[in-house]
Amino acid sequence: MGLDIRLPIGMMFSLLGALLAIYGLATGSDSAMYSSSLNLNINLWWGLVLFVFGAVMLFFALRSRFSKK
Amino acid sequence: MQLQLIDYSIMLIYVGFVVGIGFALKRYMRTSADFFLSGRSIPAWVCGLAFLSANLGALELVGMAASGAKYGIATCHFYWLGAIPAMVFLGIFMMPFYYGSKARSVPEYLKLRFDERTRCFNSMTFAVMTVFASGISMNALAQLLHSLLGWNYDLSLLICSGVVLVYVLKGGLTSAMYTEVLQFFMIVLGFAPVVYLGLKDVGGWSALKDILQGVSQDPTKLGINTHSFGPDAWTSVWKPIIPGPEANPMGVDVFAMAFGLGFVLSFGYWCTNFLVIQRAMAAKDMSAARRTPLIAALPKMLFPALVILPGMIAVGLASTGKGGYHLPQVSISDSAYPAAIAAVRDASKQLERQEPAAVTAPIAAAVHHNLNADKIAALVKDNQAQPLSDADIQTRLQGAVADPDYNGVILSLVQKYCPPGLMGLALTALLASFMSGMAGNVTAFNTVWTYDLYQAYLAPNRPDQHYMSMGKYVTVVGIVLSIACAYVARNYSNAMDIIQLVFGFVNAPLFATFLLGMFWKRATSHGAFFGLCGGTMTSMLFHGCTIAAGNTPGIKGAWISTVQTFPSEMAQNFWLASFAFSSCLILTIVISLATSRTKSDEELKGLVYSLTEKVREPDQAWYATPAFLGTLLLVGCFALNVYFW
Repeated sequence: MGLDIRLPIGMMFSLLGALLAIYGLATGSDSAMYSSSLNLNINLWWGLVLFVFGAVMLFFALRSRFSKK
Repeated sequence: MQLQLIDYSIMLIYVGFVVGIGFALKRYMRTSADFFLSGRSIPAWVCGLAFLSANLGALELVGMAASGAKYGIATCHFYWLGAIPAMVFLGIFMMPFYYGSKARSVPEYLKLRFDERTRCFNSMTFAVMTVFASGISMNALAQLLHSLLGWNYDLSLLICSGVVLVYVLKGGLTSAMYTEVLQFFMIVLGFAPVVYLGLKDVGGWSALKDILQGVSQDPTKLGINTHSFGPDAWTSVWKPIIPGPEANPMGVDVFAMAFGLGFVLSFGYWCTNFLVIQRAMAAKDMSAARRTPLIAALPKMLFPALVILPGMIAVGLASTGKGGYHLPQVSISDSAYPAAIAAVRDASKQLERQEPAAVTAPIAAAVHHNLNADKIAALVKDNQAQPLSDADIQTRLQGAVADPDYNGVILSLVQKYCPPGLMGLALTALLASFMSGMAGNVTAFNTVWTYDLYQAYLAPNRPDQHYMSMGKYVTVVGIVLSIACAYVARNYSNAMDIIQLVFGFVNAPLFATFLLGMFWKRATSHGAFFGLCGGTMTSMLFHGCTIAAGNTPGIKGAWISTVQTFPSEMAQNFWLASFAFSSCLILTIVISLATSRTKSDEELKGLVYSLTEKVREPDQAWYATPAFLGTLLLVGCFALNVYFW
């Protein structure tokens, strides 16, 4: 089938990751908000994890696309 | 609980992508084979993750956490004793026949191997079952979203199923499978941080183990169980099972666990259920089809950490009371309030002469749940001092409920640990699991309906495009029926219990039919059909003669007479499966030997083990062969059983 599923997965997770990480940065000073997550800025850190995962997926999707051409 | 803009944005992005995948695949849907079978062109890893994800519906996610809380780590038997060996067996031994026979569905394999009767029986029960299963799961999710987040029941139902409808309609099985892969990652990445935070909060695995050892000796305190157990009951997989049903909260013995769950029920589900097997049948070649369940088995083996552990963490947290956490409690239904409020007022008139327990009993009977006697006594006393309003009594009654709502466990952790942002991600993961389960049901339903019922009996020999458009119509019909079933499940939970019971009867013996069909060429079509009917009858009779301790005869069993009492419903269920399987096996063998074969060796080629050439995969490295992967998985599974012994 003509669609490489790694492409949408990579796009979605890098987008979500970036969004979450930026939101984490913007709200990082709000310590009351992060008291629920054990005083860990989980949005920032997990956002970065999602972003890296998405980027890796995108890398493999794009690599196979270019090597085909 | 209020959601923020960021949470809604995350959900919207997710919905945008799954719908987008459906539209992107639309142009590849040319023939009915594209729509129902993905044109047999999907790579193995996609099939594998879709295989897993289709089974990982919301009910599975919510239910496994619930069992983790209720039964502890022994819940892992559903994975390490049941699912993994069954998936390995499917990949190594059964897939060659499913895929190699070119059958388009599991019922169609039965037709090729036996005859129309068995196929008809299987496809009809399967079609009805998938619709009901999907409805039950939808109802459970919408109820959960309603009670914990205050979302509108009808609206959340309609929106979620609308999204599934759009992408399945556009891209058929391919888009269901591709989105399942995306949903798989969404579920894992959405729940992992919640589990991490929970585990960190209780102080890590060994601290959790210590806490749970205390809980298992006094589970009454949390209202989890009325007996007390040895210290290992929540934290080891086998130690509480071996001494017998009294020693573990599941109330099962080793035989029922190993044979009933590990063999009959698990192999019956993973090796015959078209919902999951359809994913492997869509693979691009035989080798990919065989590797599909094996690829799925690796993450499946690790899933308990994601789905069962949260339930155990919740019990641990509730036991320590850390951060004011307590297990979610079931909510009193609106219709029970008037009687309950009247009971409270009634009790207030005659307080002097009664003990808290005696005061509580009639009120608990009115709300149909267990209540905390001290809280009720206080409520009655306050009401006596100064009459309270209906609303006040209502709030305090709900606060006094002492019936853990196990299905709410996972969302209660999400609520506890997630700040806005992560909250959106975790809820999206829940929605993703719901959608993947539903899309799985819908795609399996439309294929079985179109190929095994419509094309076989109602309208044979039509052009391919006719079946393709039928598939689209029936996708809509399937979703509408599922929604209708969700409302039935909401309003008549007894009707649902009966339906699930009936399907339990039909499914329990099914694996015997497939096993004999694939590995014994002498099995005849009479043998298969009457064996299956006999097995189903056996499960019905068995259910009619047995009951679990604490249940009243009726829908829960013993509607003929009470011959045997089991310590728990789970034990009754596992033993029922064992009996149904064995009787189907014996009947099929006996009837087959007494009847003559209707299919020649030539006709059975590719359908039966002894008449099929071994699959040759010369261009494959030894480490990628199904046999090697399967062995590796079994070794890993064995190691987990030993480690958590």
